[in-house]
Amino acid sequence: MRLEAKDIRFRYGGGSGARGGDGRSGWVLDGVSLSVEAGERVGLVGPSGCGKTTLAKILAGYLAPTSGSVLLDGAPLPARGYCPVQMIFQHPELSVNPRWTMRRILTENWTPDAALADALGLEDAWMNRWPAELSGGELQRFCIARVLGPRTRFLLCDEISTMLDAITQAQVWRLLLDVAEQNRLGLLVVTHNPALAARVCTRVVEMG
Amino acid sequence: MPDAMQGLLPDPLRSLPSRPRLRAPNTRRWLLAAVTACLVYLLVVFVWGRVMSPDLYAVHYADKFLPPDAAHPFGTDFMGRDMFHRAIKGLSNSLVIGVVASAVSSVIGLAFGILSAVIGKAFDKAVLWCVDLCMGLPHLVLLILISFMLGKGAYGITVGIALTHWPELTRIIRAEVLQLRAAPYVLAAYKMGQSRLRVALFHIVPHVVPVYLVGVVLLFPHAIMHEASITFLGFGLPAETPAIGVILSEAMKHIATGNWWLALFPGLLLLVTVILFDLIGDGVKKLLNPHSGNL
Repeated sequence: MRLEAKDIRFRYGGGSGARGGDGRSGWVLDGVSLSVEAGERVGLVGPSGCGKTTLAKILAGYLAPTSGSVLLDGAPLPARGYCPVQMIFQHPELSVNPRWTMRRILTENWTPDAALADALGLEDAWMNRWPAELSGGELQRFCIARVLGPRTRFLLCDEISTMLDAITQAQVWRLLLDVAEQNRLGLLVVTHNPALAARVCTRVVEMG
Repeated sequence: MPDAMQGLLPDPLRSLPSRPRLRAPNTRRWLLAAVTACLVYLLVVFVWGRVMSPDLYAVHYADKFLPPDAAHPFGTDFMGRDMFHRAIKGLSNSLVIGVVASAVSSVIGLAFGILSAVIGKAFDKAVLWCVDLCMGLPHLVLLILISFMLGKGAYGITVGIALTHWPELTRIIRAEVLQLRAAPYVLAAYKMGQSRLRVALFHIVPHVVPVYLVGVVLLFPHAIMHEASITFLGFGLPAETPAIGVILSEAMKHIATGNWWLALFPGLLLLVTVILFDLIGDGVKKLLNPHSGNL
């Protein structure tokens, strides 16, 4: 399987380009192409504001590009039903419904087995709590677990481990790499941290 | 072991069985008790007023202007009517009007709010224009206009209140739905293959319902106050109906001659009712909010 971005151009608001006064007339992405194969782990690094998150959102189908196309095995992403391309966001506290218990959040899409929950350090005692009662790092582990289901083919990780301490960060990445290996997932790792990209990824793409 | 220390102790110690002890009621239970007490009071006033025999506030010219005593806790007025029973009956009438008017108003607000956020720009603009129109006019003037047009009385006043209290709720619900539709967890739910219906039922409704409920409860005091004010001004309920507005406007004629009890007690009763509704609204808001609901 292959996830492909072809000649993506994107600007926010679709307007005349009042933003970005650096001569690019407001284009956040101007002719970006990128492809991720199944089983490949691509790092996406670059300075703040260069459009890493925007590109990830376009690849996951959260944003529609102004021009260009996103193809999954040569076909556009499915508009309804489960999307094989899933994205994990930088802000877990916004990515979970504050009125749902953690158990419901975790099982919205599939039911992770005990081994996975254990590997991510999801404690049973957390399951009946509200998101407001957990920390960002704890929430992020739930957000990771809920998209590791068998139907996911590509995983876009947008700065997912910045809120974790070094040890948890290492554990989470170890597990993610294991699952990616097992399910032959394609990974796109958006990060500021070149060391992390070098350690985790098979290939690094620089933006900006 | 004091509560403050429990969090500091390492896990193995905390999981030791502790002696059973009587737990102090927590915030949630206090709130529940307070909300229930307010509801019971309001229900009692409502039912009492409904089933009360009119003889209890009938005219007795022999007992004119009696100050408060054991037989007449709120005193009597210029026709010798017992003010306590008249005030309860009046408040009960006000509650009926308040309930009907805020029920209608809140449904209008809910429908407009949701449709405005969902249907599209043109409809949204039209609704917002109506909201601005209603909020731009002084509320009392609009109420008087509608009530007067419909021939005053209970009908005119109820319709008037029902038709003028929806704009605030519409705005709040519209903003809530708009925000929810763009929330990352809602977008993520679509990507995880959830249908529009499931997202609406399980992600959006649970956020809108508490906002709506609190909105309805907080509408009551507005509705009751407005009913009392326009009745006081003479555009509402007729003079023979026991109503707080009627009682207060009659009392104005006699207060200068020293009959202070005619205005004081019914006024206090109205104030207490309004404050209780406010307390219920705040209590329900806290109980339904996950940030404070588990305290």
